[in-house]
Amino acid sequence: MKQILLTVDKNERIARDIWRMELVDGDAGIERPGQFVNIALPDFYLRRPISVCDYTPERLTLIYKAVGQGTEYMTSLPVGTELDLLSCLGNGFDVSVPWKKPLLVGGGVGAPPLYKLAKELIAAGKQPHVLLGFASAEDVFLADEFAALGVPVTVTTADGTAGIKGFVTTAMPDIDFDGIFACGPIPMLRALCEATDKPAQLSFEERMACGFGACMGCSRMTKNGAKRICKDGPVMDREEIIWQ
Amino acid sequence: MAVNTKVTLSGVQLDNPIIPASGTFGFGREFAGLYDLNILGSISFKGTTAQPRFGNQTPRIAECPAGMLNSVGLQNPGVDAVIAEELPWLAEHFSKPLVANISGFSVEEYREACAKLDKAEQVGILEVNISCPNVHGGGMSFGTDPSAAAEVTAAVKEVTTKPVYIKLSPNVTNIAEIAKACENAGADGISLINTLLGMRIDLRSRKPILANKKGGYSGPGIFPVAVRMVYEVYEAVNLPIIGMGGVTTARDAIEIMLAGATAVQVGAANLNNPFACRDIINDLPVELEKLGVSDINEIIGGAH
Repeated sequence: MKQILLTVDKNERIARDIWRMELVDGDAGIERPGQFVNIALPDFYLRRPISVCDYTPERLTLIYKAVGQGTEYMTSLPVGTELDLLSCLGNGFDVSVPWKKPLLVGGGVGAPPLYKLAKELIAAGKQPHVLLGFASAEDVFLADEFAALGVPVTVTTADGTAGIKGFVTTAMPDIDFDGIFACGPIPMLRALCEATDKPAQLSFEERMACGFGACMGCSRMTKNGAKRICKDGPVMDREEIIWQ
Repeated sequence: MAVNTKVTLSGVQLDNPIIPASGTFGFGREFAGLYDLNILGSISFKGTTAQPRFGNQTPRIAECPAGMLNSVGLQNPGVDAVIAEELPWLAEHFSKPLVANISGFSVEEYREACAKLDKAEQVGILEVNISCPNVHGGGMSFGTDPSAAAEVTAAVKEVTTKPVYIKLSPNVTNIAEIAKACENAGADGISLINTLLGMRIDLRSRKPILANKKGGYSGPGIFPVAVRMVYEVYEAVNLPIIGMGGVTTARDAIEIMLAGATAVQVGAANLNNPFACRDIINDLPVELEKLGVSDINEIIGGAH
């Protein structure tokens, strides 16, 4: 973990309730795709945990959904605002897997951490396929950016207004893959595991306070004992998950 | 002017009065990479029970104005694992006496955990939590009845020679009466306050946010309640007090000491500012000097 002050360089709406924020003026020190930051907001007691979409030592890109008072407030932050972040939180995805054709599955606002992951997998000589699920056409984001990386992208929407009508599991049988990286709602993660026996790394979300392992606010019981989503996760191996 | 910040709790000398509060600091591992733990007066480690506990279902956290609710429910690896795995790690990273925070669901469980931690040389003080609002059939039910509080106190005193501090709940009509009952049963000191019982409801789902429905409110919003209760208990008993509840700054620490605390625990502040204890310890002599105080002991109970 590291604490850092960064400056908002961009904060714009990219889909329904979905915003992209880019932060500059410091190195957030992210070590692995799938890690997150915890952002202090004036007048809110708890920080807001947001997954990292992309990063370089010069620029940190976050994509967040305005779902509550804190994230709605974030949409009002003008360029130039200085933010206090706890960075480099969580374990992130393990890209040192032997899979040659990983399937990257994102459900809604679960898609962002897969972006930097896709870049790293490509750099490692792997052939990722990206599968994104949304509710409706106006919710779709990041699909073009993934396509620009030169990887195949499949989009599903529940109402059929964009891409394939259905869920990510509707499209999955037609894709050739040997392992899964996924981030999204727990019902989606569970459906993925019920649809395939292939190995999978799953990124979980939970309400949390500290974000660095101190408060035990986000614990999940696993086959390997209690784990903190913020510190021991958010990424867990499917083999250790107890579905409740 | 060099300011003396050393205080003494029942013969245990602290370099300064600042102690991270149980449940907000784990066993120190998450903070050891951020600053040297030895700057702390002591550490009140994660509430430990006789048996391992997973705690409550999630969500366990809900935000509030000026604070937060938690319903963790005493997740801990159990006293045997704490002694086997956490205390040896702490021995390498913290060279001062610890505050062992202990919870239970029956008098016998309190006794078992206290008897085992009594043998641990690193432990300077046993802090017996009879005030956890997040567990059923134990915890706070001991802390809301003077006779039950006295029963736990007396039972624990039988199995240890270490100072026993009883951690009280603010969710009572007369906290002085409970403190007095603990004093009469042999307590060496009083810790207060634990969290205030609260609830938040999600407007869309129309359901409580916490899976446990209710949780404990902590953070600066409860600070005035803590100051008032420390003040009341200081008047009622002749015991040292560890004051806590929403302490966020060195000025807060001074204020709760003026109310009657000899030492001060810092809780929720650690969670949104992992450097909170370090910052308070750095600021404390500066703020005392501004007030013309050369020895921190002269402010203890100064408001009375």
